Amino acid sequence: MTPKKRRRLTFALALIVAGAGGAGLVVYALKDNVLYFYSPSDIAKKHIRAGTAFRIGGLVEKHSVQHGKGAAIGFVITDGDSRVPVRYDGVLPALFREGQGVVAVGSLDERGTFDASEILAKHDERYMPPDVVDALKRSGRWKEGQ
Amino acid sequence: MTGEIGQLALCLALALALVQAGAGVMGLRQPQAAQIAAGAASGGFVFVALAFAALVYGFVTSDFSIADVAHNSHTAKPLLYKITGVWGNHEGSMLLWVLVLSVYSAAIAFMQRGGARLTSAALGVQGLLAIAFLLFILLTSNPFARLDPMPFEGAGLNPLLQDPGLAFHPPTLYTGYVGLSATFAYAAAALITGDVDRAWARAARPFILIAWIALTLGIAGGSWWAYYDLGWGGFWFWDPVENASLMPWLVATALLHSALATERTGAFRTWTLLLSIMAFSLSLIGTFLVRSGVIVSVHAFASDPTRGNVILLILSAAILGALALFAWRAPRLESGAAFAPASRETALLINNILLVTALAVVFVGTVYPIALSAFDVRLSVGAPYFEKFFAPLFVALMIVLPFGPRLAWQRGELKLAARQLLPALAAAVFAAVIVVVAVRPRTIFGAGAFAVAAWTIAASFVDAALRARARTLGVAAMSAILAHAGLGVTLMGISGTTLWRLESLQVLAPGETMTIGRYDLRFDGVRLVQGPNYRAAHADLDVMRDRSVIGHLAPERRLFPAEGQETVQTAIRTTGLEDLYVALGDDRGGGSWTVRAYVNPLAPLIWLGAAIMALGGAAALGARLRARLWVPARAPAPEHA
Repeated sequence: MTPKKRRRLTFALALIVAGAGGAGLVVYALKDNVLYFYSPSDIAKKHIRAGTAFRIGGLVEKHSVQHGKGAAIGFVITDGDSRVPVRYDGVLPALFREGQGVVAVGSLDERGTFDASEILAKHDERYMPPDVVDALKRSGRWKEGQ
Repeated sequence: MTGEIGQLALCLALALALVQAGAGVMGLRQPQAAQIAAGAASGGFVFVALAFAALVYGFVTSDFSIADVAHNSHTAKPLLYKITGVWGNHEGSMLLWVLVLSVYSAAIAFMQRGGARLTSAALGVQGLLAIAFLLFILLTSNPFARLDPMPFEGAGLNPLLQDPGLAFHPPTLYTGYVGLSATFAYAAAALITGDVDRAWARAARPFILIAWIALTLGIAGGSWWAYYDLGWGGFWFWDPVENASLMPWLVATALLHSALATERTGAFRTWTLLLSIMAFSLSLIGTFLVRSGVIVSVHAFASDPTRGNVILLILSAAILGALALFAWRAPRLESGAAFAPASRETALLINNILLVTALAVVFVGTVYPIALSAFDVRLSVGAPYFEKFFAPLFVALMIVLPFGPRLAWQRGELKLAARQLLPALAAAVFAAVIVVVAVRPRTIFGAGAFAVAAWTIAASFVDAALRARARTLGVAAMSAILAHAGLGVTLMGISGTTLWRLESLQVLAPGETMTIGRYDLRFDGVRLVQGPNYRAAHADLDVMRDRSVIGHLAPERRLFPAEGQETVQTAIRTTGLEDLYVALGDDRGGGSWTVRAYVNPLAPLIWLGAAIMALGGAAALGARLRARLWVPARAPAPEHA
């Protein structure tokens, strides 16, 4: 093997090792940092461990919003079939309303209440989060033109 | 009538784009065809500009017989937002895209950089892009489509977009995105003609610089807009749309540096070509992500799947075509001049490796959820993933960065460079000590980040001082000095805000006070005020320090009846080194409202640093211009950047 070829081979091997190592790291980091999306029906069906962070989406049930002490708020997210109580202590996005679509990030506590750390901002009243549309379609509550 | 003029102008522009593409390719053999391609490029620009003007006229005069105007405008809208609303929707924004493309085509034709053959081939490639996007507009997103019957009033513009930021952010970002098309066209032209010498890199350079400056300003401007407009106190959310603009920037930055080496010594020829292709490919991918509706955000206007599919088709054709050309022609290229391990080329190589790795990280995090959604798995990738990778890569980049300008081309002296940079090292240690001793809460990340930032900034000063002493401190040298220092300033801003931000959320009744950091905020209640096209709940807060009033903040929540939407209007009081940021929350009855306040230390530095970086780019551009005007064309211009 000429020195030039040997250098190229070393370079190619180093590249492959670095690439594989990098890819492994990325996949590992991704595994820890992805948030799955569940609808209230998914939560009723699956057994999601308390403390696991995920996103939940559905409609804010009518007449379910209750104000607690300070900025604390409680409400229920529903997709028509199942309902999940939510607790949140923070500022609500401008377009948070009863009967409207909502996406929250957080985790379940032992009693099955969703402890939200973030209610995602929605930019547009006409806009419905596609995850929510999906969840509503699966529970058969989605009306076209909604 | 204006609608018909616009429609006709677009059709004529399409015809000229066909001529431009055909003549551009023929121009490789026949000089006359090359001239025709150049003429078609100028003509194409005139007609696209005419179409754009027609659409602007339609918006300004509220011509609701044009569907695009009726769906996105309103008579009660202030004039500024009638004009900026032109690109605040899918159709208009695609027209702006093509307008910018045609400006670049005309500029390529006018400047004739790198000779007639190279220009002609580049115009041919630009012509193909123009054909694809004009067809896309005419067939799937016609901004001049009529509405019958014509409605009495328009539907209005998304209130979030009714902000001066809309005047600035999209045109700048498009100037950057589409500017990379010129670089792409030159790269393809170089592959077609086979003249991949330094002239190609020199010809493409101003376009790389303009695109990079515009991307830097566009991204920074968008981040600032999100900061003051969304009311969440943050400046970057690793949202797919933000990533879509960050990815071309990362590649453009790598390209900027590798093209420098190619132009100077002929090194990295094939790599520079590949980066040019990648940069514009990522612009197209960004356009696809943002405009196709696969991601949901304020940027995604379209939810029509055919549009997404067509963009996907254009993007695949452009990327695969360019890569095929590359695979076919690149192996024939000669490799560039050799360089020693300690040389500026090596520094640039490390820069490129780190930037492309950062790109890969962002790309995977952005595309992974979209790819999985095809398998009905719905998830999102959180900010910690990006931060975990991005921060170490950029820290490594910034540690290596000061060595680049201090190493000579081909063979440099590492020991000498290290000795010259000792003052910068001292500054880094000093910054770390200050942070550890004086700033609470104490964080090791803070000390590290400030050491790195101080290292980069101080190294720029060292570089400037050494060049001044050697009398080589010209405008060109200033470009790297400014751009590198700007990056350090931005890092200070980012770490200051992320590590030492204070946040408080309270329900306040009139007369009550909340405390955040050194500030007391006295809530004087909310009153209703009437804006031009909105009603606002307007809060008054007195900012107090040591019991004396030092300022007044008035955050609002605005309700836009025409659009049926509400927006938050934050109030920010800045000292230049620290932002006091207040957003009005919701009505809790009895005159009580939730109020959210942040103290964001060093936040203004984020955008100041970006502005300094852009200024560095402008200096490089200015040096080019000066060299072109004053130095005879054949003589190699002195180059320090």
